Amino acid sequence: MTANAMPVLRVRDLRVTYYTDAGRVAAVNGVSFDLAPGERLGLVGESGCGKSTLALALMRMIKPPGRIESGSAVVRTAQGEIDLLTLDEAAMRKVRLSVISYIPQGAMNALNPVLRVEQQMLDALQAHMPQMPRREMLARAEAALESVELSRDVLRRYPHELSGGMKQRVCIAIGILLSPRVIIADEPTSALDVVVQRQVMETLRRVQEQLGASLILIGHDMGLMAQVAHRVAVMYAGQFVEISPVHAMFTQPLHPYAQALIQSLPRLENRGVFHGLPGMAPSLLRLPSGCAFHPRCAYVMDACRREAPPTVSTPDGRLVQCYLYAAAKEGESAAMQERASPQPQEGMRA
Amino acid sequence: MQLTYLIRRLAFLVFVVWSAITLLFFLPRLSPINPVRERFAELQRSTGWAPRDLERLVKVYEVKFGLNKPLHEQYLEYMGSLLRGDLGYSIMRYPRTVGDLIAQALPWTIGLLTVTTLLTFAIGTGIGALAAWPRSPQWVKGMVTPLVVLAAIPPYLLGLLLIYFVAFRAKLLPMGGAYTLGRFAEPELSMPFLLDVARHAILPALSLILSTVGFWALGMRGMGVTVQGEDYVTFAEHKGLDLSRIFYAYYVRNAILPQVTALALAFGSIVSSGILVEYLYGFPGLGSLLNAAILANDFFVIYGIGLITILAVAVSMMVVDLLYPLLDPRIRYTRA
Ligand SMILES: Nc1ncnc2c1ncn2[C@@H]1O[C@H](COP(=O)(O)OP(=O)(O)OP(=O)(O)O)[C@@H](O)[C@H]1O
Ligand code: SF4
Ligand SMILES: [Mg+2]
Repeated sequence: MTANAMPVLRVRDLRVTYYTDAGRVAAVNGVSFDLAPGERLGLVGESGCGKSTLALALMRMIKPPGRIESGSAVVRTAQGEIDLLTLDEAAMRKVRLSVISYIPQGAMNALNPVLRVEQQMLDALQAHMPQMPRREMLARAEAALESVELSRDVLRRYPHELSGGMKQRVCIAIGILLSPRVIIADEPTSALDVVVQRQVMETLRRVQEQLGASLILIGHDMGLMAQVAHRVAVMYAGQFVEISPVHAMFTQPLHPYAQALIQSLPRLENRGVFHGLPGMAPSLLRLPSGCAFHPRCAYVMDACRREAPPTVSTPDGRLVQCYLYAAAKEGESAAMQERASPQPQEGMRA
Repeated sequence: MQLTYLIRRLAFLVFVVWSAITLLFFLPRLSPINPVRERFAELQRSTGWAPRDLERLVKVYEVKFGLNKPLHEQYLEYMGSLLRGDLGYSIMRYPRTVGDLIAQALPWTIGLLTVTTLLTFAIGTGIGALAAWPRSPQWVKGMVTPLVVLAAIPPYLLGLLLIYFVAFRAKLLPMGGAYTLGRFAEPELSMPFLLDVARHAILPALSLILSTVGFWALGMRGMGVTVQGEDYVTFAEHKGLDLSRIFYAYYVRNAILPQVTALALAFGSIVSSGILVEYLYGFPGLGSLLNAAILANDFFVIYGIGLITILAVAVSMMVVDLLYPLLDPRIRYTRA
């Protein structure tokens, strides 16, 4: 995706805090990014770094004790620009599913056990287009199921009569019922076995392409990211520390954390699930001063401890939040990359 | 398959009823109170008439009621007459039959307790559902606790308090009875009579409702807390559904399932749950009748009311079993 196409979603300085008994958790701590039309952005990072919180904030589904503190998230639609963070509740309800939709992680439980699939799809249509005749709604539901490779008799089934993969497909079908501009899929396949994962992911990608929607794909599985995403954002302690095109991210990660992340992957085929790196994941309750990654960083400098690093955009359109690329001289930072990056691997893109 | 299930379920019902009746048959026999002698003693107390040959009289009547035979023969005879639909004679109100006494009391009990049970279920379940709903105002969430405190007070105590304050001190409502005896010679189907009945029923109903509504609210709140956090409720919100649709079709609809089972059980126990309150208010229902029967150890009346209770429990359980798969598609008819 070209970075300078008019973005369909523009997020600026988004901040979300959970007010827990132990203190404030800065789960999303000043996130900014653009999402181009049709783009698939992968979002990775350790457990608890704030990925789901970011997704829920975009859906305006942050519940107490969480609160969206500040920022903007502007979606461009045919009717004009909408700032998701300033809409009132009723308007936001209309926007959910029709402009931005969310495909949940727990597909096992995301469907109401006492209603047939049909009713759950009709509910969604009815909420957004109450005047639509029932027959037309059914036709839409059928078409959506068809596009995720499910036969129409799934409509008459209850969730417990479906396999895990089928449930996840139903969730995708619901997510695309109203042709949203942006689809957020939060670890959509983590509950499925590997073979089904691939198939469902393939389906998700295909319907996203057909709709021309943009996709934010959250996950731990770097292999899946390599297969699906155009760009990958690496999140650490509530911040995006690097956003790079997928190939560059896997062959030449810039941020030391991204480097550690890529290096920790199993070598063969460079795919597999990320297992963590040395040192403790930071407590979002008491973030380290300066760069949140500094206690674990091999390149830590004095400046890193004092003040948060700036976000640097490189000439080839990558974003990285690290002093190495701001303060350090060009030559040094290149050398740093040289040392830290894993060797370029074959077969990284699908 | 559904038919064989129904047949199996019916057979099970018959078995449950039979074993319960059998147990019930022998229980009052453990009591040292001889109902026939009690009956004459009672007569003696109230009329001053002293039969010269009390013991012989007792013997005669024991023969009349079949009480002289060995217990197992009595059991077989009783079962035989039950099969013929004959509940026998009441000892304490001889020569009235058990069937007659029950027929007279049953409508009162059903009227009072069906209404209160349904009301309690609806109110308690509603409050519990709202209390667990995250968007409810704080005062609604806080309603369950005082109701549970109320539920800790036994219904008859609550009844006494109500009688004292509402009926005795404030004189707002009658202190007891089912209707004003002086006004109506006997129950009739007229507006004034029905209004009078309703006025008399308010306090007993209130005692029953206040003393049990907390349990319903507590049960529903417990389920509600679980269901409200389920992914399908969250996903429904992600779909952009109206809150009312989410509340009823996604939240209440799932959380209410155990309450329905509890409702069936509550219907089964309407006779027993009303005994003390009926007695307290002199309400002419099965509870009062059972109370009198137990005091007099009137076997046959106890058996008769017991039979009704058992049937009520068994039938309502069966109805729930048959209806449950309609409420919860995950349950199939294959389970016994
Ligand atoms: N409801 C909540 N109340 C309090 N703290 C929360 C809540 N939800 C999330 N958090 C905190 O916010 C931080 C970010 O959580 P989030 O679920 O967004 O992480 P994540 O990146 O999605 O993790 P995972 O990969 O495990 O899904 C965590 O530290 C978590 O403890
Ligand atoms: S800013 Fe400093 S501490 Fe943070 S990642 Fe870069 S080098 Fe390491
Ligand atoms: Mg998550």
